[in-house]
Amino acid sequence: MFQLSAQGLQEVQKELKRYETKESAIIPALYIAQKENKGWVNDEVIHHLSKVMEIPESRINEVFKFYTMFNQRPVGKFHVQVCANISCALNGGRELAQHICKELKVGYDQMTEDGRYTVSKVECLGSCGTAPMMQVNDKYYENLTPESAMNILRGLK
Amino acid sequence: METKLLTEHYDKEEFRNLDGYKRHGGYEVLKKALKMQPQSIIDEVKASGLRGRGGAGFATGVKWGFLPKNNEPRYLLCNADEGEPGTYKDRLMMEKAPHQLIEGMVISGFAIGSNKGYIYIRGEYDYPIAVVEQALKEAYSAGLLGKNILGSGFDFDLDVYKGAGAYICGEETGMISSLEGLKGQPKLKPPFPAVQGYLKKPTIVNNVETLAAVVPIIKDGAAAYRKFGTEKSAGTKLFSLSGNVVKPGNYEVPLAYPLKDMIYKLGGGLKPGRKLKAVIPGGSSAPVLTAEEAEKALLDYESLAGMGSMLGSGAIIVIDDSQCMVDMLGVLTHFYNHESCGQCTPCREGTGWLNKIVHSILEGRGRLQDLDLLVKVADNMKGRTICALSDAAALPVISFVSKFRDEFEFYVREGRSKVKGTSYAEMHH
Repeated sequence: MFQLSAQGLQEVQKELKRYETKESAIIPALYIAQKENKGWVNDEVIHHLSKVMEIPESRINEVFKFYTMFNQRPVGKFHVQVCANISCALNGGRELAQHICKELKVGYDQMTEDGRYTVSKVECLGSCGTAPMMQVNDKYYENLTPESAMNILRGLK
Repeated sequence: METKLLTEHYDKEEFRNLDGYKRHGGYEVLKKALKMQPQSIIDEVKASGLRGRGGAGFATGVKWGFLPKNNEPRYLLCNADEGEPGTYKDRLMMEKAPHQLIEGMVISGFAIGSNKGYIYIRGEYDYPIAVVEQALKEAYSAGLLGKNILGSGFDFDLDVYKGAGAYICGEETGMISSLEGLKGQPKLKPPFPAVQGYLKKPTIVNNVETLAAVVPIIKDGAAAYRKFGTEKSAGTKLFSLSGNVVKPGNYEVPLAYPLKDMIYKLGGGLKPGRKLKAVIPGGSSAPVLTAEEAEKALLDYESLAGMGSMLGSGAIIVIDDSQCMVDMLGVLTHFYNHESCGQCTPCREGTGWLNKIVHSILEGRGRLQDLDLLVKVADNMKGRTICALSDAAALPVISFVSKFRDEFEFYVREGRSKVKGTSYAEMHH
């Protein structure tokens, strides 16, 4: 069963007191738990958070399901999110996403066999002047070419 | 030429730190403001003609004036959930000048009588969040936030809230829902947030750029601010230029700046051999302009509204003649379908229908009557929902189909793009 680490638990307790109401801590707590659960959230995580936070599972679940940054399925060590919205699409963003999938031999939103990568096409990330771009975990990589993107991805440690 | 009222020192690395910010006059305006009467700050902002820079363009001073005139606790929220496709100016402002935003928020908080503020930043902006959090720490250590700021007796606490990926949280009541720990679904107005907002308390929600603009307005006064722009669209604004231009970037210019100068002078024009086809002047929700319209357009609220479009967030998306408008509309309908929060039927169902119809055309299954159907569905989505997302999804569809109808008709008849010569399947699968 999923359990937060001692540090994770402490962080959640801090978030519970940080805002005016404890419900505001649901999003921060989901981030903390997702990080400790290899990048995704499942029923066990929700169950545990519900107990720790003393908030009904259904309340945490509705928030979890609403926001795109919480993953409902396992993702690779590197979650590669390629912007496919308009400014990137005008500069080859979708072709870039396709190229990455082809090179990594994987379909969208699926994990490579070695568990290293998951590639997703996503909506605007606010990096429109530096298109095309991708976000890998928390970091932005901008002004990409198919070659530079693959060099970055293959070099990730 | 840019007119750098807000962005003058953005090229200096030190400007993001408290010491560097202070070396360029930082927090001097706060000192001045704390000696003013709060009402005279509100009056100055009203007189400046400053309008919301996030997209709606509502007069900031007027919005502040909707707060109840009593001592009830109230909140000041900064909307940094920048998500309108094409827009990346708030990110720049937070990365380059976090203290400018903090200074603007303390002044605004003092003016409206708020002791507590939040900066709601979209979750993907990991780096801007880190920069703002660092700046908040510096400001607290220097007594610029917290209790009895600079010995004035005024208390103001400020914290960051990290969003989690939802375009709809850029709508102010959606943002309030999200901050309350709910799904980011907008709330029916009235009551407006100024009367009943965050935790049902009076709340003001302003965009990053709006709050930062309070600093130069209080520094030099409303009249100095009004030297830029027009009577109804006063001051300067940051425009995020993107798409098919040589030098995309954020440019600060006076309102009513010619769109063609933005594209050809500041933006370096189009790539060699390419011609302008269309421009979306205010973020993806703004109706598209043809090249002929773009040549004449001025970047202010009234001029663009007069052309049937809008200034919105100031995101200018340039489309050249190598692009297929049917394909680009498919990108936009997919976006709005994905981002509809699902609570109002016309939007939840309408965005789905628009996306399905455009994609059936892209996949070679389109019929000529689908073009009228698109417009009919879009028309039925306007003005019938709690928030503006439904209208934002409908407007691009109507403008794309009516202004570039020949491209849509060609695609339906031939099953392939008039511009690319190939079908969507060949382009993207």
